[in-house]
Amino acid sequence: MSDTTRKIGLFALVGALIVLTGLMQSWNSALQILNMGLISAIMALGVNLQWGFAGLFNVGVMGFVALGGLATVLVATDPVPEAWKAGGPGILIALLMGAGTIVLASAAYRKLPKGAVRTLALLAILIVGFLAYRWVFDPSVEAVEAINPAAQGNLGGLGLPVLLAWPVGGVLAAGAAWIIGKTALGLRSDYLAIATLGIAEIIIAIMKNEDWLARGVKNVIGLPRPVPYEIDLQESASFVEKATSLGLDPTTASTLWVKGLYAVLFTVVLLVILWMAQMALHSPWGRMMRAIRDNETAAEAMGKDVTRRHLQIFILGSAVCGIAGAMMTTLDGQLTPGTYQPLRFTFLIWVMVIVGGSGNNLGAVLGGFLIWFLWVQVEPIGLWLMELITSGMADGALKTHLLDSAAHMRLLTMGLVLLLVLRFSPRGLIPEK
Amino acid sequence: MDLLNAFVALSNFVLVPAIAYGSQLALGALGVTLIYGILRFSNFAHGDTMAFGTMVVVLVTWLFQSWGISLGPLPTALLALPFGIAGCAALVLLTDRTVYRFYRAQKAKPVILVIVSMGVMFIMNALVRIILGTNEQNFADGERFIIGAREFKKLTGLNEGLAIKTTQGITVITAVIVVALLFWFLNRTRTGKSMRAYSDNEDLALLSGIDPERVVVITWVIVAALATVAGTLYGLDKSYKPFTYFLLLLPIFASAIVGGLGNPLGAIAGGFVIAFSEVTVTYAWKKVLGYLMPESLEPDGLVQLMSTDYKFAVSFAILLVVLLFKPTGLFKGKSV
Repeated sequence: MSDTTRKIGLFALVGALIVLTGLMQSWNSALQILNMGLISAIMALGVNLQWGFAGLFNVGVMGFVALGGLATVLVATDPVPEAWKAGGPGILIALLMGAGTIVLASAAYRKLPKGAVRTLALLAILIVGFLAYRWVFDPSVEAVEAINPAAQGNLGGLGLPVLLAWPVGGVLAAGAAWIIGKTALGLRSDYLAIATLGIAEIIIAIMKNEDWLARGVKNVIGLPRPVPYEIDLQESASFVEKATSLGLDPTTASTLWVKGLYAVLFTVVLLVILWMAQMALHSPWGRMMRAIRDNETAAEAMGKDVTRRHLQIFILGSAVCGIAGAMMTTLDGQLTPGTYQPLRFTFLIWVMVIVGGSGNNLGAVLGGFLIWFLWVQVEPIGLWLMELITSGMADGALKTHLLDSAAHMRLLTMGLVLLLVLRFSPRGLIPEK
Repeated sequence: MDLLNAFVALSNFVLVPAIAYGSQLALGALGVTLIYGILRFSNFAHGDTMAFGTMVVVLVTWLFQSWGISLGPLPTALLALPFGIAGCAALVLLTDRTVYRFYRAQKAKPVILVIVSMGVMFIMNALVRIILGTNEQNFADGERFIIGAREFKKLTGLNEGLAIKTTQGITVITAVIVVALLFWFLNRTRTGKSMRAYSDNEDLALLSGIDPERVVVITWVIVAALATVAGTLYGLDKSYKPFTYFLLLLPIFASAIVGGLGNPLGAIAGGFVIAFSEVTVTYAWKKVLGYLMPESLEPDGLVQLMSTDYKFAVSFAILLVVLLFKPTGLFKGKSV
């Protein structure tokens, strides 16, 4: 089987699986799988940039995805003027003071000679800076969170179109990646892994606790959408007419139409990012990256600045994850920091990249669709299997327990798929050329 | 008197919980560090190994409770511990046979083994969820306190009470026994010495006739024992919820790295460093400072440096500082 037929065949298989979902379950669930598959494919592309191109082991994907979600709130929701008046400047000043403290401390560390004086000066700067920061920060936060806490209690966003949040999400994630990369990229691969794992947890902790930012665990719901609302479509006479002429009832037609519009938007983004990633892979820059990945010492001897290149691609990959995160929050229409779990948002993306074929962009995209499809469909299949197994059993605790446990089959399947691919086809379904 | 009260308050809210938590982290970090030293990869499945071992303990404890067997004032879980260790050891040995051995034979890069351990993590996590579910499980029984706050107040006449939970006492005692046994094993027995030799220099160890597969099997059994003990103690002290064990991965790795990966002594020190910093930074110091400071200077707020939800940030910040300034950890660890 030639390379191209294999690729076409695999993608056709995924397409057929989604169509089959549409025929057997409903077109709504098929489109849902397609939409999340598109987003997953973009996340997988981001991770593939870091791992496949450069061999960077980033297990903090969840953090960058969540930052993208945060961007959606900060860009698209309406500002809360009272909150800005009550505490906005205070919070901004406090954050600047915090950043200033860190800059001052690092300057002191570099400028002062090593010794007790430096340690004392550093400690003094950090303690005084921290106290001053809290002294300004705490009352402002309290003031902001006191304003209409049932619906707001945060500073709100900029009230801009939600589509703008996607690039902003990328920029936000890129900024975080720059800070992390600056400190952690010099470390060995498994240290980088632990560092990124920690950063992701911290980002989620901040989003859960800083209510003034995006309401924390109180969640932001009803985010603006780039597509029309179903209810408006159902009330529009021309839409209803078109739907009935196609033989669909208006409610179903409106949900399908909205999901379809999202799918078009996401496909455009995916194609643009995929095109850029392909160009990057085949450019001299991409070859240099792979050279660095395969032999760092040799690349360094050839005069390549390994640390800088690593930082560059770490930022790019994280930005792609941030864009995907913003798209996902837009699709959900809400930001719920409590739902970000590392198994779902970090390790699942890794399974996609490894199964698809690390180092190959098309492989990452395929992995994104395929694994997402499995993730969604394993649960009903598991339930069906369990029902088959337990059909002969008498009703009782064991039967209920087995039926309940079907919900956890997806984790088992993901682990098995990952281990099987690593063992028998370590280069993935579409291997790197 | 105020000074004494302040000290008692400090012990009650900071010292005692931090010592117990530190012991649990140290046991967890010892497991991570042993795997790193002998098998040469960071085992992402360690948190879920702990969860699995503890699950077996929980199930056996329930069985004993239904038979009416108990240890009196001590938790029944201690009786179930050997069964948990056996179950956990069986699972990790099975994983080693079916999964890890293949890559060891291939001399795969450490980072590939880390990814493989991610797959193992998924499967172990799923096993625990399928067998026991995701809910919080209670399996602690026996006496709740060694000394309660009210008794302590009556006994000493102080304003502040000091409560020491039985589980906290058991945690520290068990941890001391386990660590003593481990160090005796590593330093005094022939097998332990062969493990250290293998960890220090694989080639030389192979040359001197050490059987690598035997070393690996023994390492996994020890790691299973450490993980089960650590998980059970944590579950008794706090509560057993499979998902929290996954999150423990971060402080455990931080402990192992801060101490120096591959160095058992470092893992213990690292565990206590992380535990004490987590507890002190997230503790509200109002009460202690209230006793120590003159009345006019008494603080109004809680004097909490950071809210408890940021405890990960603390272990992480320490980890970063250590990595930046002393990449091999406080005690000299390996850097492969």
